[in-house]
Parts: sequence; structure tokens; C-alpha cells
Amino acid sequence: MAVVVTSEPLDAAAVLARAHAHDGAVGAVALFVGTMRDVNDGSAVAAMTLEHYPGMTEQALADIAAEATQRWPVLRVEIAHRVGPLAPTDVIVAVAVAAAHRGEAFAACEFVMDYLKTRAPFWKKERTPDGERWVDARASDDEAAARW
Amino acid sequence: MDTTQDLQPAATAVRLVYLARLRDAFGTGEETAVLPPSVRTAGDVVRWLAARGEPWSGELAAGRAVRVAVDHALAAADTPLAGAREIALLPPVTGG
Repeated sequence: MAVVVTSEPLDAAAVLARAHAHDGAVGAVALFVGTMRDVNDGSAVAAMTLEHYPGMTEQALADIAAEATQRWPVLRVEIAHRVGPLAPTDVIVAVAVAAAHRGEAFAACEFVMDYLKTRAPFWKKERTPDGERWVDARASDDEAAARW
Repeated sequence: MDTTQDLQPAATAVRLVYLARLRDAFGTGEETAVLPPSVRTAGDVVRWLAARGEPWSGELAAGRAVRVAVDHALAAADTPLAGAREIALLPPVTGG
């Protein structure tokens, strides 16, 4: 298990490689990569700042990874999340889950993202032609997390 | 030799942390405060701060989605604050 919170550009391929770890027991690695769009809620978005709660963020992510390993027989969960200023197309988050088979890898990866979206202390502030705005949480994210 | 013992624990200061939209609204990211004895739970803190008037009352009005983290762990409204050192108010999260 490993959690990375960084203001440096994220390398999703490196997250994938850490999950696989050249481990012969791994038969499946599910990788999710979230990237920044240049449009949201009908406005062009030129830049974004991701704020977090230092001190809580890494523990919150580690707790989510640990929960995934308790619910599914997975071998490794890797989470990397960007903070600070971002530009469109930048990688915001990468989650990789290694398991023996694809079913638990897919499920655990989706679970981690659904929990991260509703429980990890990150906040997006977008820069649009009308100025800066905090991104509103979506009810659909709560519904997705409640499935598990 | 007589020794005196404090039966009443001294009020201790806690660090209050405000994140993201709440920090912007309150104009500060953190403060140190001594909570009155009646403030015992995470929900109590929100109500206590809301009673300060605007902008606190508007941002923390009943029904506004605000989460509380006690010493870096998400708390429920009835989570006790006993011994807490840092209490954070979080708007709904939007990472990922």
C-alpha cells in the first residue's frame, strides 16, 4: 500500500508499475486515471487549484486503501493525488489495484475512487472567464459511494 | 503535607481549522479557541461557531453541508471532543 500526495506532475505509469511490482501472484491490475478537463458546468476552465488538508489527507487515503484490502483479496493498492496549481489535461489522481483476478481489481479500484471522491479532504477551485469558483460537490458522488 | 488536586480540568485551547470555501468566507484559515464546557461534540462546535453571526451563521446554518474532522478523522455530529487538539470544518470534498 502506498499513498502519494504531491504538487509535482503525476506519472500514472509509475503508479501502475508500483501496483504490479513484478509480482508473479498478480494476474490483474486495474488503473484509474482522473485528468483535468478544460470545461465544467458550461464554462471554460483555464486553470485549477487543488487544496487539501495537510495532516489529514494522507491518512484519509491510507484508510481508504486499507478498507479496500479488507473488502477484496487484493495484493496492492496505490493511490497518487495531485495538489496545488493544475492545467487542463494534467493528471489529478491515479489509483492502481493489483489482484490475482480482474473482478476484485476492478471492484476495489472503483471503490477507492468512490470513497476518495466523498471522504478525502481535497477541494477544487477553478479559474473561469468569470473568475475563480469553488467546485460544488455532486450528489451523484454520494450515491456512488453509498453503493459499497 | 497537604497536596491540592485540581478536580476541575483546566479549559484547554484547541486549534480550529477552516478549509477551502469556509476559509475564504471566514477570512482566516485557523484560530485558537477555548471551547465553553457546553461544547462537547462535533455538532456542538458547528452550532457554537454559527452563533457568532455573519458570515459564520450563514455558512454554518442548519442544513448546510459541513463536515467536521476531529484530530484529522472525519467525525459524526455526536462525536465527542474530549481531548481534541485540532477541530477542522470541511466543506463537501471535491477531489479526484
